[in-house]
Amino acid sequence: MLEKYPAKVARKRQKAIVINDKTASQEIQANVRTVPGIITQRGCTYAGCKGVVLGPTRDIINLTHGPIGCGFYSWLTRRNQTTVQGQTPENQENFMTYCFSTDMQDSNIVFGGEKKLRQSIEEAYALVHPKAIGVFATCPVGLIGDDIHQVSKECTEKFGDCNVFAFSCEGYKGVSQSAGHHIANNQLFKHVIGTREDAPEGKYKINLLGEYNIGGDAFVIEDILAKCGITLIASFSGNSAYNKFAHSHHADLNAIMCHRSINYVAEMMETKYGIPWIKVNFIGAESSAKSLRKIAQYFGDAELIDRVEKVIAEEMIPVEEARKAALPKTEGKSAMLFVGGSRAHHYQDLFTELGMKSIAAGYEFGHRDDYEGREIIPSIKIDADSRNIEELTVTKDEERFRSRLSDEQKAKLEKAGLKFKDYEGLMTDMESETLVIDDLSHYEMEVLIKEYKPDIFCAGIKEKYAVQKMGVPLKQLHSYDYGGPYAGFEGAINFYKDIAKMTSSKIWGLIGAPWEKEKTLSASVVHDTKPVKKEEKESA
Amino acid sequence: MLLKHTTADVADRKALTINPAKTCQPIGAMYAALGIHGCMPHSHGSQGCCAYHRSALTRHYKEPVMAGTSSFTEGASVFGGQANLLAAFNNIFSIYDPDVVAVHSTCLSETIGDDLAQITQKAIDEGKIPEGKTVIYASTPSYVGSHVTGFSNMCAAMAEQMAVEGVEVKSPTINVVPGWVEPADMREIKRLLKAMKVTSIMFPDTSDVLDAPMTGKHQFYPRGGVTLNELRDSGKSRKTYCLGSWASAAAGEALWKKSRVPFEEMSLPIGIKATDRFLAAVSKETSCPVPQSITDERGRLVDMVADMQNYLSGKRVALWGDPDQLLSLAEFLIDLDMKPVYMVSGTPGKAFMAKMEAIVGEAVPEAKYKNGERADMFLMHQWIKEEGVDLLIGNTYGKYISRDEDIPFIRAGFPIYDRAGHSYFPTVGYAGGLRLVEKILDALMDRQDRDSTEEKFELVM
Repeated sequence: MLEKYPAKVARKRQKAIVINDKTASQEIQANVRTVPGIITQRGCTYAGCKGVVLGPTRDIINLTHGPIGCGFYSWLTRRNQTTVQGQTPENQENFMTYCFSTDMQDSNIVFGGEKKLRQSIEEAYALVHPKAIGVFATCPVGLIGDDIHQVSKECTEKFGDCNVFAFSCEGYKGVSQSAGHHIANNQLFKHVIGTREDAPEGKYKINLLGEYNIGGDAFVIEDILAKCGITLIASFSGNSAYNKFAHSHHADLNAIMCHRSINYVAEMMETKYGIPWIKVNFIGAESSAKSLRKIAQYFGDAELIDRVEKVIAEEMIPVEEARKAALPKTEGKSAMLFVGGSRAHHYQDLFTELGMKSIAAGYEFGHRDDYEGREIIPSIKIDADSRNIEELTVTKDEERFRSRLSDEQKAKLEKAGLKFKDYEGLMTDMESETLVIDDLSHYEMEVLIKEYKPDIFCAGIKEKYAVQKMGVPLKQLHSYDYGGPYAGFEGAINFYKDIAKMTSSKIWGLIGAPWEKEKTLSASVVHDTKPVKKEEKESA
Repeated sequence: MLLKHTTADVADRKALTINPAKTCQPIGAMYAALGIHGCMPHSHGSQGCCAYHRSALTRHYKEPVMAGTSSFTEGASVFGGQANLLAAFNNIFSIYDPDVVAVHSTCLSETIGDDLAQITQKAIDEGKIPEGKTVIYASTPSYVGSHVTGFSNMCAAMAEQMAVEGVEVKSPTINVVPGWVEPADMREIKRLLKAMKVTSIMFPDTSDVLDAPMTGKHQFYPRGGVTLNELRDSGKSRKTYCLGSWASAAAGEALWKKSRVPFEEMSLPIGIKATDRFLAAVSKETSCPVPQSITDERGRLVDMVADMQNYLSGKRVALWGDPDQLLSLAEFLIDLDMKPVYMVSGTPGKAFMAKMEAIVGEAVPEAKYKNGERADMFLMHQWIKEEGVDLLIGNTYGKYISRDEDIPFIRAGFPIYDRAGHSYFPTVGYAGGLRLVEKILDALMDRQDRDSTEEKFELVM
């Protein structure tokens, strides 16, 4: 796989490729700069900040400060769904269908863009009077030195009823989308979380972190939690609303789905408000059940524990039926997953339920702790790229800090197996002799497919059609190929059906015309077929 | 309502763009570069630019879109991206072995003042470009123009940097710069020229690149694309036809400056008259007559329109997209007795207003149109709310207006994220005209069927 690389590149990439050994503690290189020209899956900081974390919030106007492209490409392309249950859509504010941009021109680059930004904010405010406006910086903004934070602050003061805050999420910061998640977390924490004191009603109050409601995943999870009697205060940020973030500090537990994109908020909320966090995963029926049990165990109330068990038992009946129906088409097959910062891990649970083996996996923008587990965090060397991302200093809020668990209670829960602030990472869950590769390049992907011929490959839109040209179906795990939801029990059923459809499609058998196949066959009898050369173009 | 915050009161905006009818330069440069055979497009900027452009092009064409990025970090943004681009050249040629790398800049690399010509020269001087390999570069700052400008700049770079110069006697071949159209459109234009027995060089040419067949292997550099030899030879051609002034004129001009190949700006050949003009001009220039088979195609298109005229006549249409497309489409719609009443394009260019006025001024005096900054879909939607239309024609983003206002919608232009077929079936030429009319009729007649009362429901239409 590395042979074709220049020596320097090969040395670097080697450290990002690990043959998993569950018995050893292995180090993988992650969250480092991508090699220029290698063809990466990764995107930028702006994408992680505006696109991923803030994108799914319906009632914040997301204003991109920059040339038109960044706003355009992040306009509705991530499939975040949103609705308020019990309200007709007409009464809901929803700005997600809009793209707001300052559309910077060359004169703004030369003379500065602050004036145009201020004017744009004022026009957006005058038009729809939103509660909040988020300003997102694109590459040139940082370079020309526009002070977006000052402009935002002045607008907040001027309006009085609209919180304007800004994100310095220029695309060149960090090494991937991951830096953008961190910046988004910081600004939400600074400007929104804890700004509303009214405490929401409900028993067993939790926040769900790192769930983005792609294809309706959050709706499914919201339903399950409601069935169990668990109150979801805020979701960061699938199907979210500004006010919910604002009073999310009243929750008694933070449950984290995507560790990579949101663990910062969880950590800061624990320090400031005393809310403990646990890792959950609602991808996969078994994992969903396990996650619900963990939440119930935390609250420790027999009534809740019983109710959760009842819900799980009910939900598992159709899940098992669907799983059995899919198994003949999936069992014994193999999958590869190269996507995101959690999905490449979480979706392995669904494949396991389908009797499929995940033979290679890796993240697009994960860090070492997402592979090796959080216990290695102290050993991560902070490089220049990470140092450039602000680390907020958070202290205990003396007035609002509330200890949710006594030390004894916590110790007791830990003894019973409930782990706080813990994520074991992807490598712990993968079998030995499987491959783990960080920031997979296009070239490496093609080698993997040729060598291992997986039955299904999971990645994103940029990889989809190249992989399919090789005769291997590709399941998009960012957009779900516009299907889903895949979360929870209902989502598991959808996923089983979709994967069974893909692994049993007849179209792959129709690649190559009959006469082409005959030719190959007769040619191979006589002598080896010659490789096809590019020069054929002229004669063709 | 999906766009419930859009109201009919048009407030004057001086800064804010909402729901743009354009995107940025680099994606156009990337699309154009894909139309060179054996070419790896390369984005000199942050990773996100390349990821966004590849994603957008992939969603539209549903084909692999391979491109590299210089992966700028904060350090590169401060000290310049030269080291990144030099490393990228080395890696791309080693790993992916293209014949040519076509580099375009971004707002980031332009703001810090990276000079692609200088860096490329340095790479050549230092032996970083292997023997026999080529680099083409185009400056495409995202804060100037639009995606169309980027396409145009990369086309001009191809001519400027590749074409031979100093050829006195010109060959009978003509050059065609097709504009930002679908692979199917490029294929169709070539088919028409071949039927006329005209030899031509088309650049760029994304047919057989972005509509490549499924073969069981990923051909990194598919069969299609203009070859470097053809690009060199474009300097020997007798004439260049620039289809669409916004997308293609710059390439014609560049070729004139470098190789003294005369050029002619033409409308994109969408619709009857624009196709007539193109074929007539080529026929006159090359003395190759338009064959009966193509004249018959034209006749079939006119016949279909005549047959179905009462379903088309007087229907009000709103369009958004690129100037070249909008001008030709508006002219065609008027020939169909329809009324193009609202048109917006985020792509700037003063000539648009005058050209559009010449097309719609007399036939549709009530028409409203605008291009450049803040000529966006939000404004067009507001116009629609003031007075409705019968049909929407434009890219995928129109589906939100279509649903809210319950207006029939046909997809045209870029991007089309939510339907398939646009890359396989042309809209240019007479055959393309037939397809457009079919689509328009389907949309309008399906609507009539849906809306008619039971007693008025028609079998024969």
